[in-house]
This record gives sequence, C-alpha cells and structure tokens, in this order.
Amino acid sequence: MTLTIIEPKPVSFVAPVVAVAGAFCGLLVGTAHDNPLLGVAIGAVLTAVLAFVWLSVFRNERAARWLTFLGFGAVGFAYAGVPGVVIGLAFGAFFGWFIFWLGEGRYRAKLPPYSTGMQVFLHFLFRVLCGAIFIFLITPILVVMPLSFNAENFFTFTPEMLRFDPEGYSLKHYRDFFTNSDWQQAMWNSLSIAPMATILSVGFGTLAAIGLSSEHVPFRRAIMAVLISPMIVPLIISAAGMYFFYSRLGLQGTYWGVVLAHAALGIPFVIITVTATLVGFDRSLTRAAANMGANPVTTFFRVQMPLILPGVISGGLFAFITSFDEVVVVLFVGSAGQKTLPWQMFIGLREQISPTILAVATILVVISIALLTTVELLRRRSERLRGMSPG
Amino acid sequence: MTFKTTLLASTALTVAAVSAQAQDMANSMTLVSWGGAYQNSQQKAYVEPYLAANPGVTATWDESSAEAVAKMRAMNEAGNVTWDLVDVVASDAMRLCDEGLAMELDHDEILAPAPDGTDASDDFGDLIVSDCFIPQIVYSTTFGYRTDMVPDGVEPPSTVCDVFDLETYPGKRSLQKRPIDNMEWALYCDGVAKDELYDVLSTDEGVNRALAKLDSIKDQVVWWTAGAETPQLLADGEVFMGSTYNGRLFSAIAEQDQPIEMMWDMQSFDLDGWVIPAGLPEDRLARVLDFLKFATDTQRLADQAAYISYGPARQSSAPLVGQHAELGIDMAPHMPTDPANAENTHLYDYEWWADNRDDLDAKFQAWLAN
Amino acid sequence: MSDTTDSGPVLAADGTPLKRSLNRALRAQKMRALALIAPLLIFVLVTFIAPIADMLFRSVENQIVSNTLPNTVATLNDWDGTGDTMPGEETFEALYYDMFLAAESKRHTRLGSRLNYEEAGISSMFRTSGRRVDDVGEDQIDALEDIDESWGDEAFWFALMSGADGAAKADDIVEAQRTRLSRLNETGFSGEVGFAPSQEIADLLPRTVRAYSAFAVFTAIADGDVVAEEEPWETVKVALIEDLRNGADLSGYDGPGAEELRAAQEGMADQPAIDYKQAFLDMNEDWGDLDNWKTIKMYAPPFTEGYFLNAIDMQKTPEGFQARPESEQIYIKLFKRTLFMSLMITGSCILLAYPVAFLLANLPMRTSSLLMILVLLPFWTSLLVRTSAWKVMLQQQGVINDTLVWLGLVDDASRLVMINNQFGTIVAMTHILLPFMILPMYSVMSTIPPYYVRAAKSLGATNWTAFWRVYFPQSVPGIGAGSILVFILAIGYYITPEIVGGTTGTFISNRIAYHISISLNWGLAAALGSILLAAVLILYWAYDKIVGIDNVKLG
Repeated sequence: MTLTIIEPKPVSFVAPVVAVAGAFCGLLVGTAHDNPLLGVAIGAVLTAVLAFVWLSVFRNERAARWLTFLGFGAVGFAYAGVPGVVIGLAFGAFFGWFIFWLGEGRYRAKLPPYSTGMQVFLHFLFRVLCGAIFIFLITPILVVMPLSFNAENFFTFTPEMLRFDPEGYSLKHYRDFFTNSDWQQAMWNSLSIAPMATILSVGFGTLAAIGLSSEHVPFRRAIMAVLISPMIVPLIISAAGMYFFYSRLGLQGTYWGVVLAHAALGIPFVIITVTATLVGFDRSLTRAAANMGANPVTTFFRVQMPLILPGVISGGLFAFITSFDEVVVVLFVGSAGQKTLPWQMFIGLREQISPTILAVATILVVISIALLTTVELLRRRSERLRGMSPG
Repeated sequence: MTFKTTLLASTALTVAAVSAQAQDMANSMTLVSWGGAYQNSQQKAYVEPYLAANPGVTATWDESSAEAVAKMRAMNEAGNVTWDLVDVVASDAMRLCDEGLAMELDHDEILAPAPDGTDASDDFGDLIVSDCFIPQIVYSTTFGYRTDMVPDGVEPPSTVCDVFDLETYPGKRSLQKRPIDNMEWALYCDGVAKDELYDVLSTDEGVNRALAKLDSIKDQVVWWTAGAETPQLLADGEVFMGSTYNGRLFSAIAEQDQPIEMMWDMQSFDLDGWVIPAGLPEDRLARVLDFLKFATDTQRLADQAAYISYGPARQSSAPLVGQHAELGIDMAPHMPTDPANAENTHLYDYEWWADNRDDLDAKFQAWLAN
Repeated sequence: MSDTTDSGPVLAADGTPLKRSLNRALRAQKMRALALIAPLLIFVLVTFIAPIADMLFRSVENQIVSNTLPNTVATLNDWDGTGDTMPGEETFEALYYDMFLAAESKRHTRLGSRLNYEEAGISSMFRTSGRRVDDVGEDQIDALEDIDESWGDEAFWFALMSGADGAAKADDIVEAQRTRLSRLNETGFSGEVGFAPSQEIADLLPRTVRAYSAFAVFTAIADGDVVAEEEPWETVKVALIEDLRNGADLSGYDGPGAEELRAAQEGMADQPAIDYKQAFLDMNEDWGDLDNWKTIKMYAPPFTEGYFLNAIDMQKTPEGFQARPESEQIYIKLFKRTLFMSLMITGSCILLAYPVAFLLANLPMRTSSLLMILVLLPFWTSLLVRTSAWKVMLQQQGVINDTLVWLGLVDDASRLVMINNQFGTIVAMTHILLPFMILPMYSVMSTIPPYYVRAAKSLGATNWTAFWRVYFPQSVPGIGAGSILVFILAIGYYITPEIVGGTTGTFISNRIAYHISISLNWGLAAALGSILLAAVLILYWAYDKIVGIDNVKLG
C-alpha cells in the first residue's frame, strides 16, 4: 500500500554523506592517535572511495558488506589489537549497512513520498536524537553489565578490562551472590515481601478505584488526596513516621510491618492506573449485565474485571517494583529478619563496595527483560488471536 | 551517680546469676554491627566458635550500627527492644549510656579476666570510657595516598599537614563529612599545639580559624560519609589522598593490591565495642552475657586481628596477635597501636565533642553549603 | 425538601414518590461506593496518615522541659526572664529535687540535648550536674546521721513515714509522685508501691514526705525493690533538714521516731543552711549564666515554635524572633536549592521526554512497545545501582571523562568535574525520574488524533506551525501531569543526592535524614519535614486544580 518509490540514489549524493560520517569516525580514531586532522582526512577519503566502489563498480551487496565488516576488523587489529578489532568490526558493520541503506534509497521507505530533502533530514535527525535519549536511559545498565564481570573488588574499569584481557574478567561476583547466604536470604525476603504487599495494594486499591469511579462519591477529592498521599509525601518523612508509629504498635521489625508499609506505598500506583482505565469504562455494560440478572459479584468478575485487567496488572507491576526496589522505608521499618535485596545492596555500598551488587543488578535486569518481552509477546499473540492487527 | 550504678549493675547481676543457674537462656540473639569486613571478622573470630560450642543457638546480624542511637531511642520510646547486643563507637556508647538506653555493667563481674588473672577492668584499662561500654577494638581514622600520583621529584607525603599543602601535593583529597577530626587536623596544621586544640576550638575565633584552614583546600575535597568510599576513590584514582578507617586502607593495600600507602601521622584513635540495650528480658540478657563473656576474652579478641587490622582492646591480647588468616602476613605492624605507627597520634575528646557537636555541626554544614 | 410533593408527585412503580425513590437509589449508590472505598481508606489512614501525623506533631511538641523540671519551671513563672537578675534561691532548691529525680531516671541528659539545640553548652551542664547532684547538702546529711544513726537506716525511715498502724494515710501524695514520674519517664509507672505515708507526718513534714514518696514509687516500680529495705535517697534527707529548719512544729507529734525527730531538729539548728545555688555553681559554673536560665524559661511551655524558627534560620530570644548568626544559616539556602534543582530536573526531564514520548506515540504499536521496554527497564534496575553507575560514568576518572580525554576533547590535566556537585545530581535524577515524565506524556500524546495536524498542513501550515499551534497545545496536559509528578518526586529525594551530590548538590531531605539518624534532633527534622510537606501539598492542590489528579496516567 505504500506509494513511496524506493530507487537507487546517485553516488554523487551517497559518497559525500558517507564521507561526512567517515570523517567523524576518523576524528575519533585520529584523536586517539594524536592526529585528528589526518584522521578526518583518511576517514573521509576512505569511506567515500568505499561508497563509490561498492555502489558503482562492485554491486554485490552481501559480499560487499562482509568485506567491509571484516576489512575494518582486520585494520583495527593491525592498529590496536583486540580492542581495535571490536571497534573496527563495529565501524565496518555500520558503514557496510550505511552505504547500501543510502545508496539503495531504503531510507525513504517509511516516509511520505512528497517529503522534501530537508524533511527527510529532519526526520532522521529527530530519530538520532531520540536514539541518544534512549541510550541515556539505558546507560547505567550498559555500565553495570560489564562491570559485574570485574575481577577486582572495585567499581572500576581496569586496564585489563579495557584491553579485553580475560584476566580482567571473572564470574566471582556471581558466585558470591549464589553462594553467600546473606544474599540468598535477602532474595527470599524480597520475594516474600513484595508479592504480599502487591496483593494487598492491588486488592484494596482496585476495590477503592471502582468505588471512586462511581458518579456520586462524597468528598471525592479529599479521599483521593489521602489515597495518593503515599506517593507525594517525601519518603524520608514517611519512613521516620512509620518507624515511630509501627514501633508503638509492635509492628516494627516484623514481616507484616514491612508488608503494610510497602503496601501503603504501592497503593497510589494502583489507584492511578485503575481509575485511568475506569475512565474509559462503559458503564452501560454493567447495567446490561445487571439487567440480564447477574448479581453484582458476577458482574464484577465476569464483566468489569476482564475489561480493567490491563490497568490492574500494570498497577500491580508498579506496586511490585515499588516494594522490590524500596530501601528507605525498609531500612527503618524492617529489622535483620526482613533484610531485602535493596537493603543488602545499601549495606554493600556503605560498608564494602563490592561488585556483587552489580552482579545482582545484572541478573535482575536480565530477568526483567525476559519478563517484559514475554508479556509483550503474549500481548501480540492474544491480539493476533482476537484478529486485531497490531498497530 | 555511683550509688545508682552499683544498684543497677547488681540487680542485673543477680538476675544473670539466677538465670544462668537455671539454664534459662534464650536460644537466639540479634547482634547489631557495621556489616562488611569488620562484621565478618566478628563472625569468624567469635560468633562462629560460640555457635559451634552452643548448638541450638542462632545469631542474626543487623547491619544498623550507623543508626544505632536513633533506633535504640525509638525502641526505648516504644518499649519494644528487639536487639540483644549492639556494636557502636565509643561516643555513641556514651550517649546511649547517658540517656539510659544502654545497660550499665560491672566489667569485672561479667567479663573474663586475663589469662594471668588480671581483672578485666585493668586489662581493658582506660578504654572503658563508659560504664555501659565493652571495648573490642582500637581503630583509627587516618590518611592513605596513591603512590603513583605523587608528583615527580617530590618526597611522598608523610605528615597530616601535607593534606593541606596543595602546592607540593596537588590533587583531590577525601575527608569525612563531619567536623570531628577535620577541625582538629586543620588547627594542628595551622600551628596550634596538640594539647591546646580543644581550648582553641572552644572559641568562635578558633572555629573560624579551623574553617579558614579547611577553606584553603575546600575546592579539592571530596566528602565521604560511608567507610567504603575513600578506598573506592583511591582505587579509581579519583583522589590523591583521603582519610578513612585504617582497616579499610589495609584491605585495599594488602588484600586488593592497590598502589596505596598509609600515612599514620596524627591518626585519630577511636574505640568500637559492645553495649547491651537497657530493658532486655531475663532470658535474653542471660544469653547475651554468656556470649559476651566468651566473645571478649583475651584469645577471641586476638583472633579477631587475624581478619582485620584493628588493635584488640585488651592489653593481654596484644602478644597473641598473629598472622592474617588468608594472606599469612604478620598483623602486628599494621595495627594502629604499633609503636612505629603511633609516633604522633591524636585522641579526640569525647566529652568536648558531646557538648559541642550540634553547635559545630551547624557551623560546619553552613560552611559546607556556602 | 419534600414540599413540592403536595402537588401530585410523580410516582414510581411501587407507589413511592419518584423523587424519594431516586434519592434512595442515589443514597444506596453512595453507600456502595463508600463501602468499596472504606477498607482502603482505613488502611491508608492507619498505616500511613497516622504515622505521618505522629511524626509531624514532634515539630511543636516540647513537654520535655516541664516534665523533667516541673518544680523549677513553676518557680520560674515568677521570674522576669528578660532582665539582668538571676532566678532566686527557691528556683535552685526546686532544681535540686527535679534534677535528682531526673538523674535517677536518666532523663536529664535528654533534656540537656534538647536545650543544647537552642544554647550550646547546656548539654554538658546537665550531664555534669546529673553526676554530682547527690553531693548537695553532704555536710548537713553527715551531721544529721551523726546525731542519730537511725537516719541512715531504711527500716526506721519506712516506719517514720508510714506512721503507726491504722493511721490515716495520705495516698494522694504517692499518686501525685507516680504521675510525675510517669510523665518524666514517659511510661506507665503502674504497679504496687507498698507504701503510703501517714496523714499526720505528711502535714508535719510535707517536703520529706513528697521526696520519700517519689523515692518509694521509683524503688518499687523502676527498680523492682521493696521500699522498706532500701535506704532513702539524699533528697529525702535534705528535704527533712529543710522541713526541720523551717520550723516544723513537732511538739504535738508522738508517732514513730518522734524522739529522733526532736533531737534532729535541735541538733541541726546550728548547722549552716544548704546553699543550693552555690552547690549548682560548684557542679558547673554555667548555672550562673543568665542566658542558660533565659533559655530554660523560654522553652518551658509544652509547645514550641522553636523548631520551626530553626528550620527557617531564626531563633527565639527574650527580645523576640531574630535571625540566626550568618555562619549558622543553612536551611533557607537548602530549601531554595532544593526548589531550584527540582525545577532544573523537571525542565531537563521535559526536554528529554518530549521527543521520546512523541516518537513512541507516533510509531507503530509493535515498535513502540519494544521501545517502551527500554523506558521501563531502568525501573527494574535498583535505584542504588543506577546511582552508583552514574558515579562510575561521571567521576573524573570515569567513563565519560576517559572517553573525552581519549578523543582529545579534554586535556588529561583538566578533566571535567561532573560529580559531587549540582550537575551530578541533576543528571542522575533526571535519568531516574525520566520514565515518570515519559509515561504520562505518552498516554496523553497517544490520544491526540493525527488528523488535526494533517488538516492544519493541508490548510497550508508549515511543519513548525502545525506542530506548535495544533499539536503542542494538545500535549500540554501531558507535560503538566509529568512535570508535577517529577517535581513532587524530586523535591523529596534523598538517596541519590546523598551519593552523587557532594556538598552543593544535596537536598533538604538529606538534612532531614541527618537529623533523624545522626544528630537525633527529631523535632527539627519534623519541622523541616512539615515545611517540605506543606510545599508538596500546595503543589498537589495546584495540580489537582489545574490538571485534575484523575488525569495522571502511568503506562
């Protein structure tokens, strides 16, 4: 259905653009060797020539891209050993793709055919900018993952690591996590506290959100303010207040104390997400169900619940993360028996900086990527089954 | 209030004696400490042997010593004490004792005498700075520097005043984010005699003088709050020199092989030890006293030094200090109390700081923020 | 309300007026809604609101002075706290009894620390005095015991105070002391004392009986001992000496110990009077400092504005409220900084989140939900780890500086300082709070219909005009929702600034945490917290007015 015509672009357009990119990469390499100008010149000329050769002389894309990829890698190795190979291969892969992407005109594939050159340029500039912001978002993860394989007990990229010397890497922090009873205990505590807190906040929160969404609720604003308050009161104040108050109730230092505190903190997220879902909820559906003789409980579970489920689930996820990643309140309200993962991490950071923390973080990130991907795949599958076209 | 002391202590002891006879001891203890290598040394040197000798007893660690005073005050307010034995620094022990949050003790009654029969109170000597306090270790806050950052052709730094000498030793320094120690070092390096430090610091001019001296390096200071920070900063090459607890530096140098050197000059001695929270039920108190007697005897304190380079608080333990448990190096030369390291030391005045801490802290924080 | 029903109301099917029937249905609906909300409301009130209220109450609470030194405070009512005269001898006498009891209960140092917040040095004054307060009147007590050894005998004292068997008892005195001790110790002090003074001796020797009753209650309940088996405190003997010197009329007394009492009155007549003021000056010369007394008088009422004044760099003086010395002013600056940095963080979040939310809202569902994982992923990485990672990135020997030096953009000797300052805090917190900005923006943007912009363009608007005049206004609610959320979360942050903020990048929350766990000045922490909370609530209110809390959407 696309009207855009994908046609090869002239080399006179492609070569200069590639040369600019090449010059930039040349600058990076050149400055590393104390000669930025030479780097720029070599980079520009080399990539421009490459673009010319691949597009006008040797038009076999697959072979050309492999050649570029391996060629750059070899040059990198010749100059700077193992780290050079990595950088070289990255550059090679990029230029191999970039030359043909431009040369074959594929970059216009998803744009309206009438876009001017400037619009195309702005479009991609915007994409690059967004890409940079996404990289900013995952920077910490990019740092944490390699550092968790550090062979030393500090948060530092050692020279060995930068040389890709196997000596600089080790799995010892992972071993520490899996063998150390403190970490294992903390893991179990987190896994027993967070789900219970989530169940409490989701249970109470969903009911209240349904109540709040009905048309005639007295003091709605005031009630809402109270229910949202755990999110807006600065954590340190909540933590101290709960500490004194729970101590008096004998809840301080107990499993239920921490669960109640975390449930309170998770409630605003449930309220917000579920009320948001209920805004779009068609009330005539429940009336129709009631009309047909369903009692309120049946109506709730058979009609309302399935429709607001996505909101409930996402609220539950937020509540879970709140509890799973919470350190200030648990430090105050909990005691040794409720030491959660973040608490253990906090101790680790304060008393002995150990990359075991980073290993734990990496494991959690991997698990969460797997979870989020699974959820996404399931969503697509159910959409396909329901016959809706995704996007 | 000696009358009161003996009264309380004797009550406690009768209780202890009675329950010990009845074998009516709780089977679990919650011990509070600092976490990290220090807690590990306690675990290895006395908790594990004690648990091995007393099967059925369990010990749980709570790494809350940094907030111990606040938490014990709140527990006391709520009448719900969940800790059995708390590891704190001496100044915190004094504060807890003053406020009646920690139990007063008769050291000779509850602690084991030295192997030669010397009473515990004589064996610990002056280190019993409070009636509630049972010292374990002597540690010091001192400086370390990165050897590869010493400028060419310059002697490595050797005195605390080199920290204030930015011309000879350019680079960042890390200092603890509190007035204690820093103010004294600043005045000392500004030419105040060691025994007049607190007299000078008691005046507004003295405080300003110390802050002015600190001002001269303020731009180059990274302030730390947790003990693990300076070793990390040194390992990163982020600072040239920095103050921290001597055990942390030892571990970075000897166990982690970092290019760091100690600078013992004007090391500030401090003590760390146990206090028992006031108001423990009888069975738990009996268990704690039983453990305490074991954990603070001469051999156990000497054993601890095999895991961390802090000096045992008992005089009788010093000759028993041996080698590092894993590295096999002699530990004695790494102790803050070793004569070679203790040529020029500074013992900070607990009393003075107890009185002036709030006031100086307000000034110090205002100075930091400006 | 039902007046209109006269003129033939419309009736519902069951014959009731429709209006009433509708009202009833409405009420039932309201009740059902409330019944659904009630469990959560109660849950939040108990687990969250009550603790906060309890915490904030500490910012004005100040009973400690009047609970610890009730008699002293009472005598100070008659003293002019603004002039140059010291309080009189009766104040010092009252202070003696108060201080002794406080020292026995170990509450005097707490009062000392409390008053030390207002006047440096008071803490040590109380601490040293607490240690030596039992030395007051030492010579006179020795003289008393020289006259008759019975005065050092616990059984004799108990008999003297209890009176003869069957004598009328003055239970109210014991109860009064019980109340006083329970206030002082903040515990119940309930239980059997096993002592009641006789009415006769209470009339004859009022001070002594008061002091002995206090001793009895403390011994029986706090120490768990038998009163008759413990020697009375020094205060009891001092009180007796004072009673005797003040001309207790013993002529008609013939109860237990009558003879010893008469002998004592006679023997003590030529002893010098106890000089309480001098005794306290001997303990600590600061008791002669007028400023300390002014402070005690000023902070005697059970509620105080002192913590709030401190929280805005002011102090209370006899001459009224005044600014603190320049060198101690810190909180106003911290509040301003917290505000400024939260605004900066919110601003940078808007700048970074807008393009991303726009992209996500305009990409096909399949791609955007993949990219959404990238937005959500940081949520799953522990806050502590993310902050530490920024430290690794930003420090002078860190990844960014290394890269810049490697590229030759920055000289090795002049590496950029990006951490332990405001910049570090802003970068790290922008990163941490960015998802909270992207999600509400995304949910607003994904509801903006694309044909408005297309219509604008087909009417001849340039890309920019179409965006700025058509698209942007529709996305403003998203910006508003995200901004308030980010700002409110930022203003209360504490762990991240603590780790990357150094000295110039820390927030007011860091000071609150410091006062809660290190300096133990909980009143000041509560006052600072109240101000912070008030600021947040005003923001919340404004937000609710402008955007409506229902319009916040997360994902």
